[in-house]
Amino acid sequence: MDARKRKKKVLLMGKSGSGKSSMRSIIFSNYVAKDVRRLGATIDVEHSHARFMGNLTLNLWDCGGQDAFMDSYLNSQRENVFTNAQVLIYVFDIESREVDRDLDTYSAVISALKQFSPSAMVFCLVHKMDLVQAEHRERIYEERCRMILTQSDSMSVETFASSIWDQTLYKAWAGIVHKMIPNLSIIERFLRAFAEQISAEEIVLFERSTFLTVTSVDTTAPKSTSEETANPNPDRHERISNIMKSYKHTVAKSTKGPSSSSVSAAGFVLYKVQTPSFNAFLARFTENTYIAVVVPPGEAAFNCAVLNTMMAKGAFLKKTGVEG
Amino acid sequence: MAKNTRQAKPRLLLMGQRRSGKSSITSVVFHKMEPQETLFLESTTRIQKDIMNSFMDFQVWDFPGQLDYFDSTFDTTQIFADIGALIWVIDAQDEYSDSLARLTTTIINLQNTFPHINVEVFVHKTDSLNEDFRSDIFQDVVQRVGDDLNDAGYINPNVSYHLTSIYDSSIFEALSSVIQKLIPELDVLQNLLDTLINNSGMTKAYLFDILSKIYVASDTRPVDSDIYEICANYIDLTVDFTDLYNYPRDDPKSLGEQMEEVESSMTFEDGKMVYLKEMNKHLCLVTVIQNKEAKDKKGLIDYNVHIFQDALKAVFERAWEKTGGEVTGEGQSSARPEQNSLET
Ligand SMILES: Nc1nc2c(ncn2[C@@H]2O[C@H](COP(=O)(O)OP(=O)(O)OP(=O)(O)O)[C@@H](O)[C@H]2O)c(=O)[nH]1
Ligand SMILES: Nc1nc2c(ncn2[C@@H]2O[C@H](COP(=O)(O)OP(=O)(O)O)[C@@H](O)[C@H]2O)c(=O)[nH]1
Ligand SMILES: [Mg+2]
Ligand SMILES: [Mg+2]
Repeated sequence: MDARKRKKKVLLMGKSGSGKSSMRSIIFSNYVAKDVRRLGATIDVEHSHARFMGNLTLNLWDCGGQDAFMDSYLNSQRENVFTNAQVLIYVFDIESREVDRDLDTYSAVISALKQFSPSAMVFCLVHKMDLVQAEHRERIYEERCRMILTQSDSMSVETFASSIWDQTLYKAWAGIVHKMIPNLSIIERFLRAFAEQISAEEIVLFERSTFLTVTSVDTTAPKSTSEETANPNPDRHERISNIMKSYKHTVAKSTKGPSSSSVSAAGFVLYKVQTPSFNAFLARFTENTYIAVVVPPGEAAFNCAVLNTMMAKGAFLKKTGVEG
Repeated sequence: MAKNTRQAKPRLLLMGQRRSGKSSITSVVFHKMEPQETLFLESTTRIQKDIMNSFMDFQVWDFPGQLDYFDSTFDTTQIFADIGALIWVIDAQDEYSDSLARLTTTIINLQNTFPHINVEVFVHKTDSLNEDFRSDIFQDVVQRVGDDLNDAGYINPNVSYHLTSIYDSSIFEALSSVIQKLIPELDVLQNLLDTLINNSGMTKAYLFDILSKIYVASDTRPVDSDIYEICANYIDLTVDFTDLYNYPRDDPKSLGEQMEEVESSMTFEDGKMVYLKEMNKHLCLVTVIQNKEAKDKKGLIDYNVHIFQDALKAVFERAWEKTGGEVTGEGQSSARPEQNSLET
């Protein structure tokens, strides 16, 4: 029963060509952004499973967005598609010329969802933002969000601006997955206590294969949940996801042998950086996570922090029950 | 002679027809632009001098549209005196006869006054050409330039040819070989790197210019370009990561002593390790270690790298840092401090 509950049905919907399969392939199937041009239009629904942190499994429904398919999801397949959905991810193409029509379809999807899964979470991605000039991005995004919210009925909706060409992709998907992780507050409490213990400025937990941020604690932030931290780079976690994944591709490309084994050989166990202003490492932590730890300079203390982190693994598993 | 007493950074001049790819090369190599973004570069007709934090100096010239630099009213000394290599960029996807004619004229003129300048021909934009066509074009360029120079009576000018593209590592590798010819101490550096890898069980070691990912030297063991990419991209990884946490702290804490240079390493599931160490403001060492036992001897690696760093410092102090670096005056730089003291 427990296992079933943690298998979450995630609907991925939006107009054909909006970028649904592109994002899915990059986040979950190790594609790089330039590879997605090879993807064809999705026919009907493509199902896939993504194991995320061991005991959370995403059951992804990538729903091909051509009109005929949309029509059948909303009519003949209505109950089948929309029943038992925990999450709807709806993708809007910022370049679309038919904004009103997109919104009508969205509105129809929302009412079907409300009918069969009224407690589902809804995430709207305003996608392909790279095609908008940087100085107009914020304004155009805000405008589009307002329109989306007026069509969302009373469902609770969270929006993200995204593009496969930069770290915003990772920000959006980490934001979505973050909401689904069980025991999050226990994990955070553990990490905060551990950070104090090793004098860490920051600790970030990443999922192993997607490299999405699971959660983070920052001891430079005033207590409570305030977003204000000493570090002036608010997008640093999604940037780490992006640069780690892209380096992984460099290494995978060159590791000879059957492609599946080369991807795993390209996985790293420990990455260390020592500089005059901070020390940091990223290490394989549990079966399905990497942990990033940033500490003030000091070589001996840094080496201790690495060892202590490795030893904290057992306690982490026991206290959080994450990898049950 | 002038070559040996040069005290400034190695200087490169990039020339070629408009749209041949010069600004793209500069942007991709020195400003980290993504290759596909160069499609939006605006064309420039000024001489572009980049001030940058690199081991080398770089200037870009566009033709046609610029002054005729061998016109008698034009001070060629000023332009060419300090140049170590002239890079001539040819668009391999376009008709290049004019470019070749211009190139041979330039080589002939340079031969008279500045015979020490290396001419490096980049047969560029070769990414979309198939293998056969690519080598045909390459042969054609080499043949035609060679014939023209022969006809003019120049048998062995300093001209080299490279196939390049900004869409893969070929542009970095070509620039690396260009820069290496301008480093009089290359042999010494190679020996030092050979010693380093042999003593520490490393597979390969590169001495990189941090900003551009051009390598100034490497050990002499042949490897394929995958290893180069693993090392070069490791610099990006570490520079990008460091940028995210390198902000100035209000009250900087310290948990003890630490070395002054950046050091980084990554260990992989298959046992391989990549190791990086900053050598000075411009240069860093990046190595790949595949030998599992070697990787565990961190003490040995630290020790050998330290020795290498000291030797490197000695080499460059002797070579050009002693006199304070920058060449300020134009012209033949006749008033070098050491030369004066020799004369008195
Ligand atoms: N510029 C830009 N193009 C993108 C982005 N994401 C996807 N694309 C392009 O959009 C095209 C269509 O993407 P798909 O992922 O196949 O679209 P889809 O939503 O799965 O379409 P259907 O399967 O027909 O519903 C691809 O060729 C991608 O190159 C983005 O962030 N920016
Ligand atoms: N396919 C390909 N195109 C390139 C390459 N290098 C430059 N280009 C393109 O050539 C065009 C002209 O480049 P630009 O740098 O402005 O030329 P410049 O006038 O010499 O400075 C741009 O559209 C570049 O994207 C290359 O290696 N391969
Ligand atoms: Mg699709
Ligand atoms: Mg230009």
